[in-house]
Formats: sequence, C-alpha cells, structure tokens
Amino acid sequence: MTSAALGERGRPPILDAIDVATARQRLWFRAQYVAVWIALIGLLLLGLWVTGNFDTDWIREWGPYIVGGAGITILVCVISMIMATTLAIAGAIARLSRNGLASGVAGLYVSLVRGTPLLVQIYFVFLALPQVGIVLPGLAAGILALGFNYGAYMTEIFRAGIQAVPRAQREAAESLGMPERLVMRRVVLPQAVRIVIPAIGNDFVAMIKDSALVSTIGVTELLWRAEAVGTRHFKTLQAILIAAAIYWGLTIIFSFFQERLERRMARGDR
Amino acid sequence: MTNSATRQPPPHHVGEVIVEARGIEKYFGDHHVLRGVDLDVHRREAVMVIGRSGSGKTTLLRCLNFLEEPTVGYVEIDGLRVDADPLKARSRAHQEQIRQIRLRAAMLFQEFALFPHMTVLGNCIEAPMRVRGIRHDEAVALAEKTLDKVGLLEKRDEYPARLSGGQKQRVAIARALCMEPKLLLFDEPTSALDPELIGEVLNTMEELAHEGTTMIVVTHEMHFAREAADRVVFMDEGLILEQGPPEQVLNDPHDERTRAFLRRFLDL
Repeated sequence: MTSAALGERGRPPILDAIDVATARQRLWFRAQYVAVWIALIGLLLLGLWVTGNFDTDWIREWGPYIVGGAGITILVCVISMIMATTLAIAGAIARLSRNGLASGVAGLYVSLVRGTPLLVQIYFVFLALPQVGIVLPGLAAGILALGFNYGAYMTEIFRAGIQAVPRAQREAAESLGMPERLVMRRVVLPQAVRIVIPAIGNDFVAMIKDSALVSTIGVTELLWRAEAVGTRHFKTLQAILIAAAIYWGLTIIFSFFQERLERRMARGDR
Repeated sequence: MTNSATRQPPPHHVGEVIVEARGIEKYFGDHHVLRGVDLDVHRREAVMVIGRSGSGKTTLLRCLNFLEEPTVGYVEIDGLRVDADPLKARSRAHQEQIRQIRLRAAMLFQEFALFPHMTVLGNCIEAPMRVRGIRHDEAVALAEKTLDKVGLLEKRDEYPARLSGGQKQRVAIARALCMEPKLLLFDEPTSALDPELIGEVLNTMEELAHEGTTMIVVTHEMHFAREAADRVVFMDEGLILEQGPPEQVLNDPHDERTRAFLRRFLDL
C-alpha cells in the first residue's frame, strides 16, 4: 500500500494541508480583487483633486440637485418597465398565436422597433408626433418611447421563455381539462416568467442606462441635470462623473435585488 | 391473424363497455403509425398495452384523449362520442368535445409533468377548483383523500422538486384522481424512474386496479401486466395483433410476433 499516511480520525494530513492552501489562495485572490478596485478608484479621485477638479464646495451645493435626478430616472424606468412587460407578454402570446393577424402585428412591432435606434424612436414620439396633433410632454414621451422599445426586445425574451416550458406541462394541464387560456395563465406563463427573470433583470439594468437618452427631450433626469449645472459652472468633469457614479450605483443596487429575487424564485425548481 | 385479434369475453367482475375506439388511424406526415385500431374497454377493467417501441401503443393512448388528433376513426368514452376531425381540429366545438373527453379520461405521463411552481396540494386542487368549479375547502379535502390514498399526504406542502421520481408519479396519480375521471390512461408511467423507485408506483397502480379503477396502461413491465391486468393487448406495426387474459397472451401467445417479442423481453 502506497497510500498517504493516515492522521487522526483516519484522514490523511495531506488533505488538511490542501484545505489550508486552498483557503489561503482564495483569500489572496479576494484581497487582490478588492485592492485593485480601491487603488484605481482612489487614483481617479486623487487625479481629480490634484488637477483642481475636485471642488467640494460646488459638489455640496449642486450635488443634491444632480442626485435628485436619480428619482426621475427611477420613475421613468419603473413606469417604462411596467409598460414594456405588459406589451411583451401580450406580444409574445400574439407572436405564438395561430392567428396570422395577431402574429403579424406582433412580428411587425418587434422588427420595426428593433430595427430602428432608440434615440430615433424618442425623437419620433416627442418631435414627430406633434405634426399629427399628438403633443406629449417630455416625460410622457420618454416613458412611452422607452417602454415601447423595451417591450419589443422583451417580447422575444418572453416568446423564448414560453417556448422553453416543456410541452408535457401544457399537455398535462390540457389532460386535466383546462381550457387553453387557463393553461397559459396558470401553468405556462408562471413558469415562463421564472425562466426569463434573469434576462428581464438584464434588460432593466440596460434600461436604467438607456434612460439617459430622454435627457435629449428635456426630461430633467440624472444626466440632464448633470449636464445643465455642469456646463453652467464649467464643472462638466465632476458633474458627468457624479452622474456616472449614480448610474453605476443604481445598477449595483438593482443587481443585488435581482439576485435575491432569482434565488427566491429558484425555490421549487427542478 | 384476425382470429387471434378477436375480442375476448371480459373478465366477470367488469361492467359494461365504457371506452369504444373504432377504426383509429393516425398518420404523422406520411408515416402510418396506427392502421385501424378497434379497442373496447369495460368499466373496472385494467388493460395493459404492450409491444415494441414504435408499434403505436403510446400514439393509440394519446389518440384516446386527443392529445393526438386521430386522422380517422372515433372514440366514445362514457357515452360521449368524438369523431376524429383533423380538418377542423382547432374549431371551438371540437376543442370543447375534446375537453369533455379529457375530463373522463385522465392521462399520466412518463415524465410526470407535475407543475413545478405549485406545491403538491396546489397541483391537486388547481384543476378541480378552476375546471370543475369545486370550492377551495372541498378541493382540499378531496386532494387530501387522494394523497392519502397514494401514501403521500405528509408531502402536501412540498414542491415537486423535493420529491423522488416515484413520489412525483404518485402525486401525479393523485392529481388525476382529484378530477374523478371515469378512467386513467397511463403512458409508460415507470419508464423514467430509477429501478428502485418503480415498485412503489406499480404498487399504487395495482391497488387502483384491484379497487376497480378502469385503466389503460402502456407499459414494458411484463411482470406487472401479468399481476394487475385483466387483459393484455399486444400491438405491432400500428395494429392490435393479439389480446386476451394475461396468462394467455403472456404465457401462450397465438401469434409468432407476440412470441418473438415476449422471448426477447423475458430473456432479460
């Protein structure tokens, strides 16, 4: 027998040594990871300070105003997301429907919206629709355009999610005498939603960032405010960095909740 | 061949004919899977369908409750006759008839198909409440009764993911029983199970058979068929080749193809 010599409780000491080494490696990795973040961000702030671009008085005075824009950003995103989700579920069901009209409408919607830039769509709602008598305030136009745009992308996500629910689920429900609509509402959609939640979460993060585009039509959200006060006081570097930091913070916070939600939804799976 | 396929007199404890399938043919594209199957099943009868894979037995079962629309033929279950109508399969009237057939004949699947987002109890009360319109407390009482019957009452609040394969299939049986169907259709209910879990499902099914539950079972479990069947049906190439009491079909088959099939199986 050439096996490793046994220690106490019949466990070869080499295994303990491996555990210690593995733990040390993991700790070292984490230390490096955190250190490089702190160092790089610190360097950036130091650079700002050295070059005289770190004006604490100005930040104290105008910072809160810029941060206040985050509230509008969140408002825009939440309402747009509700609208997009509603459109997407309807769109996905229509796309998968045997009715050629419904499927056609949904297909055109997805193709058109995905084939044109979001900025063009925002301009269309805000600048072009008034020519046919539809005049919307910037906030409403921005929400409408964002929701409409994300609804199209999410239609494809929901379609894939619905198709990913095993066929046997549908058949089992039908075998219990459930009519088609009930099968969709009670059996297929709830499972499809679980499947698409990670993708929807990614879209929400993307929307938080894309919502900056509505600053172009005068919605006084995060970027609009940063740009407004930054250019007025020649503090664009700080102002834009503050806006960027807040976007970043928002996405981190949202990702944290998304992760928790996913973990909760995983209950009962598989 | 026609001789060996003639209908046998039913065992004495069974009742009148409850399932009458006539001239069932099914094409998948140009592939002729069922070539004109007639099948009668009596009340309280347990019929086991055996045959090679590809012989059409699963397709026959799925045609009985129209998970597959037959190309030709009709199915009558407990007085409701539905004619195959592949041209108007999606019409509202036809779909409603199919739904009524399914309320009479519940299907059990190889892969269980429990709803993963509902608890065991939720699985069992969903259709009774929303399809049969039973009140919540009554549905729960009924579900508890059927879960108790399959020996899984203590799992009522678990999610399916926490159950073994055998337990899942037993819950699926309880879920089907909650609809109080006239008969149960089993599509290879143990084929997806680990060998050590097959027994508990077969026991549950055997109990049901002995209690007089009408059932049609597509299975590869010859031993189980011998024990629990009132009648064994052997299918080959889309036709019923031979049927009769298990001891006759399994021990003394008339048809050479049945013999060949059983030799291969019993050799295992």
